Amino acid sequence: MTNDIFILAEHLDGKLADITFELAGKGKQLAAALGGKAVAVVLGSGARALAETISADAVLYVDDPALAEFNPEAYGRVLAALIRERAPRLVMLGNTSVGMDLGAWLSVMTGLPLIAYVNGLAADGGTIVATSQIYGGKIQAEAVPNGEACLVSCLGGAFPADAGRGSSPVEQIASPVPLNDLKVRFVKLIRPEGGDVDITQQQILVSIGRGIGGQENIELAQELADALGCAVSASRPITDAGWLPKTRQVGKSGLTVKPKVYLAFGISGAPEHLEGMRGAETIIAVNTDPKAPIFDVAHYGATCDLLDLLPVLTEKVKGG
Amino acid sequence: MNILVALKQVPNLTDDLEINSEGTDLNHDALQYVLNEWDEQALEEAVLTKEAAGGTVTVIGVDTTGELNEALFTALAKGADKAIKITGDYPRGTDSHTQAKLLAEAIKDLSPDLVFAGVQAADDRDGQIAPMLAAHLGLPYVGVVTGVTVKDGKAVVHKEYAGGMMAEFEVSLPAVIGVQAAHQPPRYAPVSKIRQIAKTVKVEEIAGGEAPGSGSTVRRMFKPESAGHAEMWEGGPEEVAEKIVALIREKGLLNR
Ligand SMILES: Cc1cc2nc3c(=O)[nH]c(=O)nc-3n(C[C@H](O)[C@H](O)[C@H](O)COP(=O)(O)OP(=O)(O)OC[C@H]3O[C@@H](n4cnc5c(N)ncnc54)[C@H](O)[C@@H]3O)c2cc1C
Ligand SMILES: Nc1ncnc2c1ncn2[C@@H]1O[C@H](COP(=O)(O)O)[C@@H](O)[C@H]1O
Repeated sequence: MTNDIFILAEHLDGKLADITFELAGKGKQLAAALGGKAVAVVLGSGARALAETISADAVLYVDDPALAEFNPEAYGRVLAALIRERAPRLVMLGNTSVGMDLGAWLSVMTGLPLIAYVNGLAADGGTIVATSQIYGGKIQAEAVPNGEACLVSCLGGAFPADAGRGSSPVEQIASPVPLNDLKVRFVKLIRPEGGDVDITQQQILVSIGRGIGGQENIELAQELADALGCAVSASRPITDAGWLPKTRQVGKSGLTVKPKVYLAFGISGAPEHLEGMRGAETIIAVNTDPKAPIFDVAHYGATCDLLDLLPVLTEKVKGG
Repeated sequence: MNILVALKQVPNLTDDLEINSEGTDLNHDALQYVLNEWDEQALEEAVLTKEAAGGTVTVIGVDTTGELNEALFTALAKGADKAIKITGDYPRGTDSHTQAKLLAEAIKDLSPDLVFAGVQAADDRDGQIAPMLAAHLGLPYVGVVTGVTVKDGKAVVHKEYAGGMMAEFEVSLPAVIGVQAAHQPPRYAPVSKIRQIAKTVKVEEIAGGEAPGSGSTVRRMFKPESAGHAEMWEGGPEEVAEKIVALIREKGLLNR
């Protein structure tokens, strides 16, 4: 085993995702502590130019037509082979749509443990210590691998991205394994349809979660938004239920918003939601559960029932 | 089409999650367990797939709570045809690596065409079970999936990325799919039907084997020390509404 750290780069639609830089920055710091190199691994086809924009100790660029777009099977096979060949001490993935397909699969294939949902990572006297955010953001678990090496999947936004931007020497190789008999085939990218309102352009958002209780109550939120001259956004369960269009979803698989005021009504504050709104200037959370994690990121909070609050608030906005 | 759905119960997150005296795990016995919300989605997508393509849906899980029957009966009431539980000395909070191994051992003899599981669960600190299952079974895996259509021995799936972007993949069967959301919201099962099933249906039991463990050890479990907790506004709706309006006005965002 080496003391090197692998960092999986992610790219979509010709652009590197921020998680790449977040992992690279953290990876460099850890590699220095462990006495190894931080190696960013970029899988792609004709994507060398992307590989050249990551700041790590080295970039390993694997070029193959089957890697042009993310494909969990192709990525998995290549990474498993590289991990076996080059025996890194630590493999860092994003806890993203990409990393969620790979981490646990690689763990079984390579026999290395996986520590997931990581938002804190350190080398403590040569031991890797990873802290996971679990139970919907309510609990932190600090763990160490039983052996020396492991895989971690890190939450988006856990580490600063700037330290990972720059450039490093690129080693280009062909795929270490054949990729011509894949059972998973990429067909196409599907882009989001433009919605009726762009929630990323609003000064205020009335954002509702499962606490709204039922579809019939959406109206109450809309009335407040109308009075404020802003839009209604939502957590995922609301758009999954079809109560609001997909274009109103805030979070990891939705949109990232930065309004001046974000009213989080009946939203628990799961990590996937926080990813999309923690950059708002002022966050006001209303939730009947005083222990809801949303209160850890909100600036102001109240524990009243949102269904009681909404009509009163709308009246006050109209009257004010 | 032989469709399998892996089900798992997790602590109800609205409960107060108490940490044990060693500070290394939850005090599981004090908690109420519910079906993982993404398993609800996986089950719905499985039943929809059965309705579209024919076949049977079998639900299977490791009984870590002693109460898995409740989840299995509910699944049967929602349209699953058969239920299996893996039994043995697997306590609440059993790690994902162990559960995946046990599930894979049971599933491999069932020759499924499609295995659905929730894309994640709130307690999978050592990773998600669905991709581990795929690795053990030697089957292809796609996760974060919001829609599955089966045709000509293949599944066409939509996988979500950030910002509303999606990718379409074609997957040869058999395959494992990690479901993020079903085509439509999970259906509801009347309590009377669940009760009826509980009285009449027998859950098949399979004795599980050894527990490999997660390969990592929790040294310390704690509640997040909120770097900055919200300033809490006391009072009822009137007072809280006043405060919100005042804040919005202060920012110059109230135009009326
Ligand atoms: C891959 C992946 C991607 C995801 N992407 C996203 C994403 O983009 N966006 C997103 O939001 N989620 C996303 N999720 C889902 C996320 O994990 C949570 O399930 C979701 O954010 C929970 O939504 P919620 O807070 O509305 O519901 P819950 O967690 O159920 O919270 C509801 C809250 O309402 C409170 N409440 C109930 N009644 C009232 C009342 N009358 N008044 C006031 N408060 C009340 C409750 O105390 C509770 O805290 C994703 C999950 C996965 C696995
Ligand atoms: N004990 C279990 N028995 C059956 N299925 C499980 C079990 N644990 C997890 N699963 C399935 O795998 C999904 C992902 O769980 P997890 O790996 O814990 O994220 C769950 O939501 C289930 O669909």
